[in-house]
Amino acid sequence: MDLLLSNFWAYTIGGLAFGAIYALIALGYTLVYGVLRLINFAHSEVFMWGSFAAVWVLLALGAKGATGLGLVAFLIIGFAAAMAVSAAVALGLEFVAYRPLRKRNSPPLIALISAIGASYVLSEAMGLRDKPFKWFGADDNLADYVGRPREASPLPLDVPTVRLFYIFDYHVSNIDLIVLGSAIVMMVVLDQFVQRSRLGRGIRAVAQDAEAAALMGVNRDRVIRLTFVIGGAMAGAAAMMYLLKIGVTRYNAGFLLGVKAFTAAVLGGIGNLRGALLGGFVLGVAESYGSALFGSNWKDVVAFTLLVVILLFRPTGLLGESLGKARA
Amino acid sequence: MRSVFKIGAPLVAAALALSACGGTTGDGDSASGDKACDLKIGYFGPLTGDAANLGINIKNGAELAVNEYNAKNADCKVTLVSFDSQGDPSIAPGLAQKAVTDKKLVGIVGPAFSGESKAAGPIFAQAGLNTITASATNPALSENGWKTFHRILGNDATQGPAAAKYIKDILKADKVFVSDDTSEYGKGLADIVKKDLGSAVVATDQTAADGKQDDFSPTVTKAKASGATVFFYGGYYSNASKLVKQLKSGGFTGQFVSADGVKDDGFIKGAGAASEGTIVTCPCLPPDQAPEFAAAFKKAYNSDPATYSAEAYDAANVFLAAIKDGKTSSADMMSFISSYSAKGVTKTVKFDAKGEPAEVSVWAYKVTGGKIVPDQEIK
Repeated sequence: MDLLLSNFWAYTIGGLAFGAIYALIALGYTLVYGVLRLINFAHSEVFMWGSFAAVWVLLALGAKGATGLGLVAFLIIGFAAAMAVSAAVALGLEFVAYRPLRKRNSPPLIALISAIGASYVLSEAMGLRDKPFKWFGADDNLADYVGRPREASPLPLDVPTVRLFYIFDYHVSNIDLIVLGSAIVMMVVLDQFVQRSRLGRGIRAVAQDAEAAALMGVNRDRVIRLTFVIGGAMAGAAAMMYLLKIGVTRYNAGFLLGVKAFTAAVLGGIGNLRGALLGGFVLGVAESYGSALFGSNWKDVVAFTLLVVILLFRPTGLLGESLGKARA
Repeated sequence: MRSVFKIGAPLVAAALALSACGGTTGDGDSASGDKACDLKIGYFGPLTGDAANLGINIKNGAELAVNEYNAKNADCKVTLVSFDSQGDPSIAPGLAQKAVTDKKLVGIVGPAFSGESKAAGPIFAQAGLNTITASATNPALSENGWKTFHRILGNDATQGPAAAKYIKDILKADKVFVSDDTSEYGKGLADIVKKDLGSAVVATDQTAADGKQDDFSPTVTKAKASGATVFFYGGYYSNASKLVKQLKSGGFTGQFVSADGVKDDGFIKGAGAASEGTIVTCPCLPPDQAPEFAAAFKKAYNSDPATYSAEAYDAANVFLAAIKDGKTSSADMMSFISSYSAKGVTKTVKFDAKGEPAEVSVWAYKVTGGKIVPDQEIK
């Protein structure tokens, strides 16, 4: 208890920074659930592919050792690459794993199985990525990219830790600032997009009542594609933040984060954008405080106990369920 | 069918590798010679899966010993067969059953990990198939009364005190933070270090196992608040690389110390510059202490011998010496190993009554210039 109180801000900001990553991934779960009533379990793999995209692009560009403005440019390129690839993978997922089922009016359970299957396929494809190159004998030349596929791949970027300013006793670093800052910017932009733009209105309309929306001239398929692209791009941004904080990615890196982000989405009220954000931050901070009070290996116990308690009193999550109905 | 393939593929691969390395003989099957020929030595451990690297290092060490033996004894060759357990204790018993039914198989180098050793040990003991592990370091393995169990390297009950000794005597630290990953190996080691350091341990924190934790910022905050100058971690390299990176970027300035589970290039690859200066203890010998072995290994595999390659080489040589002596039945082999005493590349190889090595050396290694280099022997 003393430990938590005397290092309160360090634990809070540490929790918020990782909570921001949960929140960005949770957005993908919540958007798709809002529109399709489908839990897209393969979303964690969308995140993982984005993280590899950033690693590979920066490797190809020779980003290692860059400093100053070059470093900033590479950071932006990393974000762009991760977001683009994650969005593309999410879109491909929709096209291959979900749309054919939707066209045949399959029950939701079937789509769920398809999601779990797609998750395994995407994860194992990454874990076995050296194999196709071996058939062509190209694996030696590409060893930096496909060698040791089950091992961790580091972000080829040296981001020095710079201490910027104090928040009470906690010395905030540039990485904290990049992660929290870009997460907040991205969330505000997304929120405004869904609330104010024409396409955002389409998303809300389909979430509220898909048939009525179709009658009013909303192209449902287009809206669904859009939600997958947006959710994927957010997961891509989260992937780059994850790389900045953790430094490495792996073929199974998405699994743990996927579980946590899904939890965050449920905690905030699945289907609700602002709920996903709040859920992510609450989960991150709860884990951090739990670690401080009981030790790091108890943090999941603390976080999930909190989840159960909150859902007992608010079964639809902190901010309620619907993407369409949510005020905000 | 699948399990047949699983055994078959490494077998074929091993046979191919052998015939490729042997070079001179055309046919792999040596029908000539007396009845003691055609014998096999097994390698038991991961060749695929998450921990494949460590296993491949061990298999290559054993394979080198077999190839050298075959070059000298071309009329009576020995084959190395592989049992790919993927390091998984749930796969190990089935593979062990397969191994003990092969009457030509006279010894096993392995099993590689502590978990699978525990699972497969009773089967080997019952069937009387002798094993020498080159890497499993859980102390309790030799307490099961398995007469077939032998270990060629120091266990964690010697490594832990050595790590504590290094922290106390060389680093002269009086404020130490101890953390582990709650695994059988990591926690066991950290507990020994804690006990040996006593009041010098100012704070502790258990973290989750590999793949269950990415964010270590609470541990970093706790370590900083404790004022520790040394951070000891019991666990494997995957989490250790994430932890050390976050310690450094979180502003912890003390010395990071860990053990053989971290002694892999994957640690440096994952942590990058943050790994620099890390101390790693290991009951294993630096390659420059055995230059001839290192040169032969490099020639055969185009890479330096890695963690536990030399131990596997020594282990295989014990079996090969027994085969040469014609001590191939289970009981003969057992008494041969018990009375064995000869200089290997890692140490004078000799076993005590429990199958533990009679002589143990623990070395400290340091990450310098992006490589794990020997620092000093901990005496």
